Amino acid sequence: MSVRGKVLSVENMNPFVKNMEYAVRGPIVIRAGEIEQELSKGLKKNFTDVIRANIGDCHATGQKPLTFLRQVAAICTYPDVLLKDPNFPSDAKDRAQRILDGCGGKSIGAYSDSSGVRVIREDIARYITERDGQASDPDDIFLSTGASDGIKIIMKLLMTGQPGKERAGVMIPIPQYPLYTATIAEYNAYPIGYYLNEDKNWALDVNELKRSIDEAKPNCKPRAIVIINPGNPTGQVLTKENIQDVIKFAKEQNLFIMADEVYQHNVYAKGSEFFSFKKILTEMGPEYNNMELASFMSTSKGYMGECGFRGGYCEVINLDPAVRAMLLKSISAKLCSSISGQAVMGVVVNPPKPGEPSYDIFQKEKSTVLGQLAEKATMVTETFNSIEGITCNEVQGAMYAFPQIKLPQKLLEAAKAKGQAPDAFYCFNLLEETGICVVPGSGFGQVEGTYHFRTTILPPVEKLREMLGRFKDFHLKFMAKYS
Amino acid sequence: MNGATNNKVLTLDTLNPNVVKMEYAVRGPIVARAGEIEKELKEGVPKQFTKVVKANIGDCHATGQKPLTFLRQVLAMVTYPELLNSRDFPEDTKNRARRLLEGCRGGSIGSYSDSPGIAVIRQDIAQYISDRDGVPSASDDVYLCAGASAGIKSVLTMLLTGKGGTDKAGIMIPVPQYPLYSATLAEYDAYPIRYYLNEENHWSLDVSELKRSINEAKPNCRPKAIVIINPGNPTGQVLTRENIQSIIKFAKEEKLFILADEVYQHNIYADGSQFFSFKKVLKEMGDEYSSMELASFMSASKGFMGECGYRGGYSEIINLDPAVRLQYNKSISANLCPPVSGQAVIDCIVNPPKPGEPSYELFLKEKTKVLDLLLQKAKLVTKTFNSIEGIKCNEVQGAMYAFPQIFLPPRAIEEAKKQNKTPDSFYCFQLLEETGICTVPGSGFGEKEGTYHFRTTILPPIEELEAVLQKFKEFHIRFLQKYQ
Repeated sequence: MSVRGKVLSVENMNPFVKNMEYAVRGPIVIRAGEIEQELSKGLKKNFTDVIRANIGDCHATGQKPLTFLRQVAAICTYPDVLLKDPNFPSDAKDRAQRILDGCGGKSIGAYSDSSGVRVIREDIARYITERDGQASDPDDIFLSTGASDGIKIIMKLLMTGQPGKERAGVMIPIPQYPLYTATIAEYNAYPIGYYLNEDKNWALDVNELKRSIDEAKPNCKPRAIVIINPGNPTGQVLTKENIQDVIKFAKEQNLFIMADEVYQHNVYAKGSEFFSFKKILTEMGPEYNNMELASFMSTSKGYMGECGFRGGYCEVINLDPAVRAMLLKSISAKLCSSISGQAVMGVVVNPPKPGEPSYDIFQKEKSTVLGQLAEKATMVTETFNSIEGITCNEVQGAMYAFPQIKLPQKLLEAAKAKGQAPDAFYCFNLLEETGICVVPGSGFGQVEGTYHFRTTILPPVEKLREMLGRFKDFHLKFMAKYS
Repeated sequence: MNGATNNKVLTLDTLNPNVVKMEYAVRGPIVARAGEIEKELKEGVPKQFTKVVKANIGDCHATGQKPLTFLRQVLAMVTYPELLNSRDFPEDTKNRARRLLEGCRGGSIGSYSDSPGIAVIRQDIAQYISDRDGVPSASDDVYLCAGASAGIKSVLTMLLTGKGGTDKAGIMIPVPQYPLYSATLAEYDAYPIRYYLNEENHWSLDVSELKRSINEAKPNCRPKAIVIINPGNPTGQVLTRENIQSIIKFAKEEKLFILADEVYQHNIYADGSQFFSFKKVLKEMGDEYSSMELASFMSASKGFMGECGYRGGYSEIINLDPAVRLQYNKSISANLCPPVSGQAVIDCIVNPPKPGEPSYELFLKEKTKVLDLLLQKAKLVTKTFNSIEGIKCNEVQGAMYAFPQIFLPPRAIEEAKKQNKTPDSFYCFQLLEETGICTVPGSGFGEKEGTYHFRTTILPPIEELEAVLQKFKEFHIRFLQKYQ
């Protein structure tokens, strides 16, 4: 029987939920929240504010939303008055009207089709076509509650419904954004971890892909490979050749490809360029261009940072038609994703064009955000590499740095004594001493015996500089303590 | 190899079998057909009707209901805070908007919130519940979610055993039920323990039936929870206090977690019907019952608001073991948070204008108008169906649907069999093809063997509703004659 007459106890609850972890909002973040409470109650510390560098939330650190985007969303919300308001530009009104015309009763309070408002899917298809030079079909697209929701929906299709060795195996990078390990745990699937090559700017080596899948085959039924490009937490932007290699590998091994491309607008490094998996796959000709591929995009990243709207889409191509029908059925019971989030995505894929009234401001705001992110990416990479005992691959894209920290033996022992992973021990100390909240590398996965942490590059430039200064002081003192 | 003839990774054979199993009739095949017919009408294909009447889904705005002004004013301002400087918005909406923005990191609804939702909104919800029930509510027990559906699924996830066969979790669900439940249980490979509502007694829940269903199920699963929908969907009954007490006593005896789907709590029409929350009744039953685990669900999609598209909802989950609560909090963290705009909508519902505030009069007027119309429509629909031979309809006491029973002639049932359709599907498809009225066959919700029903909403505008009911009546008479 369960604890104190409860129906639900830790012993009898869903064991897969017990297995799941999501470090980005894990114990260290909970502790950061407690410290914020302590500070607001006047408790004295070595610092006056907690810097939340744990999560890719742009607006939280002061980034401003794009004016045009919020104008369209506001008009969609209150059209009776705002469509007539002279303070709103005509292009924002046109966009809003287009969206409203696609909604039941012309209200964003109506449910849409489960795959999303049709005109928005058409606009997404057009965006993809223009970006890739390859045709995209609105019927291959569904809107989701953030990319996370779309990823879970596709992952769910891939499950075998069988336990043990018959479980679906899903290849995921190490390190990876821990939505994947959390979902795999929740669904009782089998994680096939393939190590990214830290010495080669976090590249995917086909040899490593082969090693990982061969090792996993006795234990599961490999079904899919997840690639995050640009990478999270690692920030690498894959070359065209690397993408082709991955596609060839997936073809050989008969794997469904899941391409997490939410950072496609966040490319900073000279010589780096975003290529979508869809584009490359299609260009590789008839042997490859009928492979099943799901690509994911979000409103949360890029230059928009509209995390709170939970906007996202998935383009999934080359599905067996009967499977496509099942996919649509599987998303129907949740009705649809947030229409306001769909509207935001509608603006992201259909921004002001040259000549439209909002174009100049939009471009200016977008360039400012991306320019600052590029500046911060460089600052962070350089600063970490200038500190003894820390190496950091170039932040080519995305919103994070994932530096490697060399930890002295004494520190490893101290961490062990406390029952903590060494990088968690390091990060908790960092938090308590400086108020800086980052996520230990163990939350993302890493080569055994190496230690990392993930920080965002999001605080405003001055704050970031201050944060890096605080960090450097801490690191030198802390390493000295354990040398 | 996967054995697929076309080398696909995913085929019907290799696809997740639970996905293959699940059905959601509210957006099922008949609705797909209705969509095709709409296209045909657009293309000028001649039919006996000029438009499809979507009476399949509880979507108020889609049938012309207007959003509440106050709500959309607050939402517009949190979306585009520039509007806080506008003279077109009353002071109380500005105060609400500022308060919400202050609760957001960076003062923006574009930031992720905490996974259970924005703190001030959770507090407002706790206040709303306390005011409604006269029983205190703790904001730590409150979780915003992306529509009640998402909250319901996240609680059901916790109850699964992770094992197969007779060790699967068993969840008691009403028959008929809103098919989110059967769909989710199929998806999760849990065991549905079906208890029949009593059509002869206003769709009540009889304890003897609850006992029968759980006893029959026990060899096949591990019963964990009972779902009650009150007011009911599709059945529209509003449970009496006594009925709620008897269910709680049953759940206590059988050691069941209670899930109370209360999304229609504002939709009460019948004289003598009153909404009692499970939380209130449970707490008033004293120490023996007041520490039972209970999750109650509410939504922005129904009531007088009809804000389906915002995906706003909340759950209040009480008496969880503290270690389990931590696990639950962790389980919702990887989804980050529910849409912040939907959270803001919920706040407007639980923290509406108060008497004396500038928006109060208009708010009350708009709310009353919507609810009055729904009440009128509920009565009209019940009355009309009961006036037609071969149809019997329990009173629509609440919610947004009628679920009439249709007595089908044996020849119609045979014809349905020949076409491989359930008899009520057969009926509903013909209704759609001949009149353009799209309803959902009773078989999509579950029903007693040998009985046939369909669910229609009561949502079309009242002027249209009379015409629709007339068309329906003519169809029904024709149908009966055809299969006599």
